[in-house]
Amino acid sequence: MVKSSPTTDSVDTIQFNDRLERREAIGKVFEYLFLIGLLIGLFVLALLVLNILHDGLARLLTPGFLIETPSRFADRGGIRPAIIGSLYLGLIVILVAVPIGVGAALYLEEYAPKAWWTALIEINIGNLAGVPSIVYGLLGLAIFNYLLDFGPTLISGALTLALLSLPVIIVTVREAIRAVPDSLRHASYGLGSTKWQTIQHHVLPYAIPGILTGVIISVSRAIGDAASLVVVGAVSFLTFNPGLFQRFMALPIQIFSYITRPEPSFANAAAATIIVLILLILSLNAVAIYLRQRYSSVH
Amino acid sequence: MTLSPTSFDDSLFASGDSLLKNASDDIPEKIITVILFSCAFVSVATTFGIVGIIFTETWGFFQEVSLAQFFLDTRWTPLFAEARFGIWPLLNGTFLTTAIAMTVAVPLGLSSAIYLAEYAKPNIAAILRPAVELLAGIPTVVYGYFALLFITPLLRNFLPLEIFNALSAGLMMGIMITPTVGSISLDAIQSVPRSLREGSFALGITKLETIFTVVLPAALSGIMASIILGVSRAVGETMTVLIAAGSQPRITANPLESVATLTAFMAEISGGDSPRGSLSFKTLYAVGAVLFIITLTLNIASYWISHRFKEKYD
Repeated sequence: MVKSSPTTDSVDTIQFNDRLERREAIGKVFEYLFLIGLLIGLFVLALLVLNILHDGLARLLTPGFLIETPSRFADRGGIRPAIIGSLYLGLIVILVAVPIGVGAALYLEEYAPKAWWTALIEINIGNLAGVPSIVYGLLGLAIFNYLLDFGPTLISGALTLALLSLPVIIVTVREAIRAVPDSLRHASYGLGSTKWQTIQHHVLPYAIPGILTGVIISVSRAIGDAASLVVVGAVSFLTFNPGLFQRFMALPIQIFSYITRPEPSFANAAAATIIVLILLILSLNAVAIYLRQRYSSVH
Repeated sequence: MTLSPTSFDDSLFASGDSLLKNASDDIPEKIITVILFSCAFVSVATTFGIVGIIFTETWGFFQEVSLAQFFLDTRWTPLFAEARFGIWPLLNGTFLTTAIAMTVAVPLGLSSAIYLAEYAKPNIAAILRPAVELLAGIPTVVYGYFALLFITPLLRNFLPLEIFNALSAGLMMGIMITPTVGSISLDAIQSVPRSLREGSFALGITKLETIFTVVLPAALSGIMASIILGVSRAVGETMTVLIAAGSQPRITANPLESVATLTAFMAEISGGDSPRGSLSFKTLYAVGAVLFIITLTLNIASYWISHRFKEKYD
């Protein structure tokens, strides 16, 4: 026996208990710190929304803001060409990028053999998803503006945005297709269906909710993107409705153009346009959620 | 004989053969395979397009501007009569705003991920996670607006800020990137098996200590990958810095001053009407090449770290 008198023993125990309490207390402090860290982001989000509503709501409600063409005066005119431009861009992105994206995802999930080049395609898509949007602008400028000679027109901008949204569509659609249980495919093959019949009648309908989610995420991103359109050559002032092969503008470009004007009341017009853009993105998401509910209940 | 075994077998074989034919030799099935393959090939073509075009134009740029000028000069005035092509001021602007963004995004993203994974009740986490991810869905012009017209005026009450400054732009970029860091870190933390935590608790280690000594080290590869991806996004972000940080290429570490980033310069010089073949057009692509190489390296590093150093628990 060395020294184990009752006094030292109890002192040790007390010290140990004290430290545990302290450690738990520190733990509690950190729990609140982590929570605060999370809430800061949400706080800024709330602040941003309130600030934009405060700056823009009055201007948004001025008559004609949604249906008139822009004016040189901050408190007059509207953003019709930008709204129509953004709607066209979104529509073309859906028409172009969704079929290609779903096709690519189907190929990679259902057809592609396990080979080095399919692995390469996969890594390549992952990397494309991380390429900054302004670099897609460089691609669009060279290919659509100059090589195909469309010039700085709506179609150049739309095709650029389609390329921009493609990687995200492919990645999310692949996840949706992968989530389809194999038993469904086997049952279909067992009844003598071909591969494509199986995909058409079983895999795609089953995967539709997931596909829609991916499509909406990427199309929302495309509609909100300004950098690539700046490079392709969207104009900052347009007094007519853009056509496919005409110069064009879009809501994010309109916002940017309002922000860069020196007079302060243009800021209100910018905020009002931001509200329109965010409402457009929100309604896209609402449509997606509605369609998702509908298709999920069918299956 | 009504039915010989051989003829029975033959007929079975024949019908089986025709089924096989249907499945693999059908013309439409082949056409469909080709169509789907072409869809997948579009992504490969996009990559080749980006790389090919950027490097062709950059090659043209370096026929007119020497590599030494590009990498050794410290001034960037490509549109002045006395043009200087030192890339460092733009890199400085990009690094400064990115550094500020990451000082915001890393602590906020990690604490969100830790709170959601370790503390929040599942039903609360199910609400908070999408709420935080909303931050990533907001168009970046909106962050630019908020930085220039709310954050900057607010900070000017305390700090001698220029109207355009790296600080406000960097702070907003940090908020914007928080979900990128947060989501990927959250996935990494959630994939650490529960048994590791329980082993630690059984040793009398508190929850917080377990998080710092067991959970975070086990999730380190995913966390590093998320941070690198966040850096890549900050480097490539255009509208926030263009609107709020300005277009003043300079070498400075002072966040209160206006700077120009690679992306802000590119957005400013372009506009669809700089004629092809002109030096300003080539300059756009040369700066784009620098940006592309930086982000590509970061993306590959992030992918490599998350796959190479991933802890496997079976």
